Amino acid sequence: MSQPIVKLKNLNKWFGDLHVLRDISLEVDPSEVVVFIGASGSGKSTLLRCINFLEEAQKGEIWINGKEINPYRENLNKVRKKIGMVFQHFNLFPHMTVMQNVIEGPVQVTGTPRKTAREEGMELLEQVGLEDKADEYPEMLSGGQKQRVAIARALAMKPELMLFDEPTSALDPELVGEVLNVMKDLAKKGMTMAVVTHEMGFAREVAERVFYMDEGKIIETGTPGAIFDSPQHPRTKQFLSQIL
Amino acid sequence: MAVLEFIKTYSPLFLPAIWITIQITVLSILLGIVIGLVTALAKLTRVKLLNRIADLYITVIRGTPLIVQLSFIYFALPGIGIELSAFVAGSIGLGIHNGAYIAEIFRGGIQSISTGQTEAARSLGMTQSQTMRRIILPQALRRVIPPLGNQFIIALKDSSLAGLITVNEIYMTSRRLGASTYQQMEFYMLAGAFYLILVTLFSVVVQKIEKTLETSKRQSSEIL
Ligand SMILES: Nc1ncnc2c1ncn2[C@@H]1O[C@H](COP(=O)(O)OP(=O)(O)O)[C@@H](O)[C@H]1O
Ligand SMILES: [Mg+2]
Repeated sequence: MSQPIVKLKNLNKWFGDLHVLRDISLEVDPSEVVVFIGASGSGKSTLLRCINFLEEAQKGEIWINGKEINPYRENLNKVRKKIGMVFQHFNLFPHMTVMQNVIEGPVQVTGTPRKTAREEGMELLEQVGLEDKADEYPEMLSGGQKQRVAIARALAMKPELMLFDEPTSALDPELVGEVLNVMKDLAKKGMTMAVVTHEMGFAREVAERVFYMDEGKIIETGTPGAIFDSPQHPRTKQFLSQIL
Repeated sequence: MAVLEFIKTYSPLFLPAIWITIQITVLSILLGIVIGLVTALAKLTRVKLLNRIADLYITVIRGTPLIVQLSFIYFALPGIGIELSAFVAGSIGLGIHNGAYIAEIFRGGIQSISTGQTEAARSLGMTQSQTMRRIILPQALRRVIPPLGNQFIIALKDSSLAGLITVNEIYMTSRRLGASTYQQMEFYMLAGAFYLILVTLFSVVVQKIEKTLETSKRQSSEIL
């Protein structure tokens, strides 16, 4: 029987007095792609960041691969290295070339020999269509290219789960497609993915489930078709009418 | 001409003093960089005690005159059995002094690197110290070169105060020679000229370093 990759049970998170996540419970199965939608400030980023412990939830359980993670007892670096994360603003390392960005994790964290890391890095750059940019610095790349490098950098750690936090919302419209294509590709290869995005086309094509978040709660869950075409909750309806 | 004759006669007498000024400046900056880096990191950790110690050090050093600090080390410490030569006391005193300013330079540089960089590194599984060493410091280093160069020049001029604790550097030498020849004004002007030349040379070196860092990003990411 396969375990869920991520299981959250009654997760709660406060920033000071602000209750940002309220009793979030969900599971993501291996090879599943889930999408989170919701208004700005509804807690989507915080939720993703709690899953890889960039933020600490004060209450509730986080299970990764069948194991409950206690942030005080567990080596969080070990947990994080199996969870890739892609950020809205790429966060590439500007003082390193594309290839150096990609091999930094394997070489420093896993101790992969540089040569092996480079070979694997080159394959990943081919996968995201940037093999000819290996020796460029990030500042020379377009936003879409930067984000594809960021995806390759995360994949270099051979993660079991990839988190995407609005990976295309900082991009010029004409560059969104190239990033989504890489992500679709990844989904088809069986990567488990949790994605915050308002790209409906992407969600319809690859997501098994969509979660609608509102004020820190998941108030509606369903297949992309169910959520986008016949939302049940009035808040979901209202939100979708605004972004469409 | 009398001026040229004066310069020609007395400049050679300054050579040892110039060398001492350069040594004391470079030593105090190197010591200041080490102290400054440690202090900046101490200020940025979550360990409250270290934060406090770093704060106290910076507050005391920036809040008291350098001449008091130097005198304390050279004239007062022997009272509790710590006797240092004037040169060593001067270098250490100036190093501790520069360290407080350099700490603030480093802290500013480190804090100017966006938190997104740390998050990206941590999400790859890098430890806090790997993140600092591989991702934050190499970027911060580049940003602190200009203010660090500025501090270098301040340190050079401040080294003249070591003369007052009997280090035979440029200023002290000009005073000594001026007193014995009754040509104090000429000697102060000569000392000033030497400082001006050294400051100019240091500025050029700092600019060279800036340029090199800019054109060879690759190397600087490999050093650490
Ligand atoms: N580091 C933080 N400190 C304080 N409040 C925060 C912090 N990060 C996010 N918040 C607040 O938490 C709420 C949820 O934010 P976020 O998870 O970023 O929402 P979303 O990604 O859905 O836009 C917002 O009200 C935001 O202002
Ligand atoms: Mg967000």
